[in-house]
Amino acid sequence: MQIFLGLLEVVLREGFIYGIMAMGVYITYKVLNFPDLSVDGTFPLGCCLAAELITKGVNPWAACLICLAAGALAGTLTGVLHVKLKITDLMSGILVMTALYSVNMVITEKKAVLSIFNMPTIFNSGIGGAVYEKLGQWGWTVMALFVCLVVKIILDLYLETRSGLLLRAAGNNPKFVVSIGKDPGNMKILGLMIGNALTTLSGCVLAQQRESADAGSGTGMVVMSLAAVIIGGAALGKAKYIHATTTAVIGMVVYRACLTIAMQLGLETIYLKALMSILFVIALISSRYSEERREKNVIKNAESRNNG
Amino acid sequence: MSSKMQKAGTMDKFVSFEHVSKIFNAGSVNENVIFTDFNLSIPKGSFTSVVGSNGSGKTTMLNLLCGSLPVDSGSIKVGDMDVTKLREHQRSAFIGRVYQDPSAGTCPNLTILENMALADNKGKSYFLQRGVNRKRIGYYKEKLSLLRMGLEDKLEQKVSTLSGGQRQALALLIAAETDLDLLILDEHTAALDPKSAAIVMELTKRVVEEKHVTTLMVTHNLKFAADYGDRLFMMHRGNIVFDVSGEEKNKVSIRDLTERFDEISIEDGN
Repeated sequence: MQIFLGLLEVVLREGFIYGIMAMGVYITYKVLNFPDLSVDGTFPLGCCLAAELITKGVNPWAACLICLAAGALAGTLTGVLHVKLKITDLMSGILVMTALYSVNMVITEKKAVLSIFNMPTIFNSGIGGAVYEKLGQWGWTVMALFVCLVVKIILDLYLETRSGLLLRAAGNNPKFVVSIGKDPGNMKILGLMIGNALTTLSGCVLAQQRESADAGSGTGMVVMSLAAVIIGGAALGKAKYIHATTTAVIGMVVYRACLTIAMQLGLETIYLKALMSILFVIALISSRYSEERREKNVIKNAESRNNG
Repeated sequence: MSSKMQKAGTMDKFVSFEHVSKIFNAGSVNENVIFTDFNLSIPKGSFTSVVGSNGSGKTTMLNLLCGSLPVDSGSIKVGDMDVTKLREHQRSAFIGRVYQDPSAGTCPNLTILENMALADNKGKSYFLQRGVNRKRIGYYKEKLSLLRMGLEDKLEQKVSTLSGGQRQALALLIAAETDLDLLILDEHTAALDPKSAAIVMELTKRVVEEKHVTTLMVTHNLKFAADYGDRLFMMHRGNIVFDVSGEEKNKVSIRDLTERFDEISIEDGN
């Protein structure tokens, strides 16, 4: 039981932290219809930048805000490459991801791993420290949930604003955005800013929780987030009154649970990335399958109504 | 031909094409000359129908006017403004356009209400204000009830759940929602069944009359072209080959149009 609860705590905590990224990827992939690979670079950007800032004595909450800004900047770059310089969406992401590898190395001063052991983070100082005193390890989960929830609420509110509606329209029907006198390209850039800002924040929070940053932690982030968005959408997409942002986070928790179970069953760490890809394929195929079945059901119902 | 165009242009000209050329794939084996020295002028407040065979340049003309395509040479003016260099979304500030594809003029994944609200804010800033102004719902319902399609009771429904005719009616309503100088109808009834097409066409007439907006309608439906509007011209290979307005237009029957159409079609070997 103790072991199970321990594992549950890890799954939830990491699900919430990576869930922030999943919400960002939801914006680029689902809302904008943009397969943004720069996420693989902006996640470690958040890890490295957070660790470096905290080492320099910056307040951990301020570090979060700086990471958000840095991620937005990286997203802008991807957007400008695609929208203004007409480079394909996949290529723009790959270019920024590759360039960020160097940026991250500069930030960490050529170290692959940067430790911030025993330095103040949002998890061990201030409110986070107080929560940890009370709840122990579950305090980390509470803090992760807190940050995730704040992001979720702000994002939900944003998507209901004029700008948010326009962003959704830009992904859905760019012609419509043109017809109301706005440039859909600019909305694309804005969406990429949001997506990458959230990804960087996610990396920042993870580094603070683990008290170390790994410059190589970006590999597989796109795959993981997309899988989470797809799993969440397939499982809860049709449910009313659940925001898509929530489904993305839940999808991520489910995804982390799958990974954790596999590890508990004795899977070696080196197979983890392969498993991530396999899980993604399963999620994609099963969501397509359930979509087809839903359509078939609709047709069947319509036919039986006509016959009856 | 040019004398006829001049006649129509003697009235206060509002939209004008001056010496416009457009060539697709210039210099390649697929070179396709659409316009060389194309001239057109449309008076303010007129409702012009445009017919012509495929490849005659009708849709290209609209795309050049709306800025979806750049001109190779020449200039286009709307009112006193030279719009030749303006980008498409900048021209949208005063041009409303309804496309052939019913899903093009609305956002399928957004609700009717969200679509109406977005278009309602055209010309204003899109920042962090509330996306849907609840106080405007009454106004939206009133507008939608004019369509007589029951859409006013489906405000929270996604547009993707509507039929093609309903979507096109909504698109028309949205295109004409704010003040505009020019309404472009790009074969907007072509994808609809005859009944829906007739409903949308009647609605078009009402909107145009209410707003007194200068309208340019491209259509393959010769009946609509003959029945609606105060001017009609036929395009062929990038030129205007038949142009009637006012009384003269009222006398034009579908048979006349069909004969004309056959003539140019035979030339093209269709």
